[in-house]
Amino acid sequence: MSTTAQQRVLRWRAPDVRGLEEAARKGYPLEVCGLLIGRAGDAGFEIAGFTRAANLDAERPHDRYTLNPEDFLRADGEARAAGLDVVGIWHTHPDHPARPSRTDLDAAWEGYVYVIAAVTADGVHDITAWELNGPEFTAVAIEEEDR
Amino acid sequence: MSKTTIRIPTPLRNLTAGAGFVEVDAGTVGEALTLLERRHEGILQRVLDEHGRLRGFVNVFVGERNIQALGGLDAGLEEGAVISIVPAVAGGTR
Repeated sequence: MSTTAQQRVLRWRAPDVRGLEEAARKGYPLEVCGLLIGRAGDAGFEIAGFTRAANLDAERPHDRYTLNPEDFLRADGEARAAGLDVVGIWHTHPDHPARPSRTDLDAAWEGYVYVIAAVTADGVHDITAWELNGPEFTAVAIEEEDR
Repeated sequence: MSKTTIRIPTPLRNLTAGAGFVEVDAGTVGEALTLLERRHEGILQRVLDEHGRLRGFVNVFVGERNIQALGGLDAGLEEGAVISIVPAVAGGTR
């Protein structure tokens, strides 16, 4: 994904990316989800870590997720205690491109960054980031740092 | 009346001038949210519908308990209570 002057950026550490990829691979073929912890600013999002959360969608766990609000509450408390915030959500698209669906759009909150990992039986092959701007998602550039 | 902290999630902080929490003195969750609206106009319509009921895409907790299990907006508050407004998070491949 290329970076333009206007495009906001998500920065995260390589170990977090690898950890998220591992969680996505282990969860396959079900959708898995969690929260992104860090700071949000004018330039975008600095990710300090991520959490796993339970998918409460028992009817369609292969292609839908409903993040357990109690997991959100716990992550929010821990983030605040560390001087950070829940700044976004990550979830997987098993056997599907890492592009937001209509379902993603309908449930999205402006202000969060949404990370989508496309995963197959072979592992994660694409990760993208998005944020809601009015009625549609716009892409957020991803920068991985070796810190 | 109990001194209560209301935790504001990041998507609603454009309505609280960036504040991550707001402190109010209230006896119930409903009173606390009314006071929040008085302080930060426009935030309540993101939490409650036009009938004053909790919106389906928002959860409200007192401490670690969802207010649905505590009597809803009538849930009482103890001194030092923490109310969390938790956005419902969902989506999916299709």
